[in-house]
Amino acid sequence: MTQLPTATQRKLGLVIDLDTCVGCHACVISCKGWNTENYGAPLSDLDPYGPNPHGTFLNRVHSYEVQPPDLGTGTPAPAQLIHFPKSCLHCDDAPCVTVCPTGASYKRVEDGIVLVNESDCIGCGLCAWACPYGAREKDEVEGVMKKCTLCVDRIYNENLPEVDRTPACVRTCPAGARHFGDLADPDSHVSQLVAERGGMDLMPEMGTKPVNKYLPPRPRDASQREEIDILAPFLEPVAEEPKGFLGWLDRALDALPGGKS
Amino acid sequence: MHPAPSVIIFSTLSGLGFGLLVFLGLGWPAPTGWVAFVFFALAYILAVGGLIASTFHLGRPERALKAFTQWRTSWLSREGVCSVAALLVMAIYGAGLVFFSDRWAVLGWIGAALSLGTVYTTSMIYTSIRAVPRWNNITTPVMFLTLSLAGGALLAGQVTAAIVLLVLGGLAQGAHWLVGDQAFTKAGTTLGTATGLGARGAVRSFEPPHTGTNYLLKEFVYVLGRKHALKLRVIAMILMIVLPVLILLLAPSHLFAAVAVLSHLAGVATARWLFFAEAEHVVGLYYGHRRDVEARQPVQQP
Repeated sequence: MTQLPTATQRKLGLVIDLDTCVGCHACVISCKGWNTENYGAPLSDLDPYGPNPHGTFLNRVHSYEVQPPDLGTGTPAPAQLIHFPKSCLHCDDAPCVTVCPTGASYKRVEDGIVLVNESDCIGCGLCAWACPYGAREKDEVEGVMKKCTLCVDRIYNENLPEVDRTPACVRTCPAGARHFGDLADPDSHVSQLVAERGGMDLMPEMGTKPVNKYLPPRPRDASQREEIDILAPFLEPVAEEPKGFLGWLDRALDALPGGKS
Repeated sequence: MHPAPSVIIFSTLSGLGFGLLVFLGLGWPAPTGWVAFVFFALAYILAVGGLIASTFHLGRPERALKAFTQWRTSWLSREGVCSVAALLVMAIYGAGLVFFSDRWAVLGWIGAALSLGTVYTTSMIYTSIRAVPRWNNITTPVMFLTLSLAGGALLAGQVTAAIVLLVLGGLAQGAHWLVGDQAFTKAGTTLGTATGLGARGAVRSFEPPHTGTNYLLKEFVYVLGRKHALKLRVIAMILMIVLPVLILLLAPSHLFAAVAVLSHLAGVATARWLFFAEAEHVVGLYYGHRRDVEARQPVQQP
């Protein structure tokens, strides 16, 4: 069971657009909602109304600041704020699956989704140790490991209207920053997005071969770096040296002790 | 990594217990009757006590038997299988010595190999975790094996072997610290590679995903006590190696041997606490940890 399949027929996964994500956390909430009410044990909250609320989430949104290097122009390029949703990447070489002692963790041959069979899980937490991305969390109430299921109970669910047969996070994203599809099919819209925009792996050096890809933010407009606005020339000072009364005042103040700077 | 008491107790006691079983299996010493009973009882209390302690951190301990099934890929499962096999074989071998005053040598050798194998599988659980660079190198199994054998020799009363193995164990522990201190940087994982944004400039954690804590932070981003690491390393080394070796060299009597064993046990427990507390998991990067270390690295140019 915990032996990884040599190949999967499809590679269902997410493509997350870091250029478009606005960091609203709607995907976090819809994920929590759907996965609390549906497949598997609910995602528990501890001390939800007390001083130290915490709980289980399958998807969390970080925010990072990127400061581009000063390219010798003297003025540093503006820093960029990048919102960064992170959930299970459904790796081809998933280290969380092979370490599982009970066979509760597995990667599906038919679509590559990494799942936990909660009735076999002993909650030893070794899979969470093995995952470099922090994609697995132990539910403190249920005592079993929870992770993103890629909404396996939505994407094949014929009781739902066809438009809803995508993961809850993708369906809810108001910015259209999340895309769901088959990354093994080079003609799928997700594969094409990855090819066009240079989709990237997280921590490639860990050798996990993630299926999910991240689209890097597009470069900032040149106008932002060099010129503030096309109307800026109209706002240039009309006189470099003060004249008249202000000119006299300037000279008089300079003449006072300590006046000339 | 969070230094869970259950796991520290397990690896300290079981390491010592299985180390003693290795020496009993090899016939050094080969007592019979009541003396054999005391030796085996001690080994089993340590080994089994440790194994029981290790189930305390499970979320669902009632399903622990399922952990014997996935030995093909999981070192944790292999450890379970190997430890039960070692305990069963050594129980038969021990019964021969205790009740029949007969040493079934082949059974002892098999039991010794399985006991050593159990310590090796334990060490490989940690070694195989690539996301914790400090553990993910050969010094981890070498350190676990030599320290287990050193403790076993100490308990088995093999003075010469104990002195040699204690020195080797000290060297292995030192190597684990030296290699481990460089391991995270050598692994090359930074917030830049974790986010894929490193080529664009210096990446800094601006805002965490939530104001409270979570399982990941509690389990993997343990930073308490690291500032005392150097002092604790010295204390661990003195208790674990220096004091027992001095006692064995200067006053090898039963009473002092007991002091040496207790000192060794306390030292190993301290070193094992550090083994967890000092280990950094790469997931901490996403939460802005190791910023001080990364600040000293040159920023990649695009």
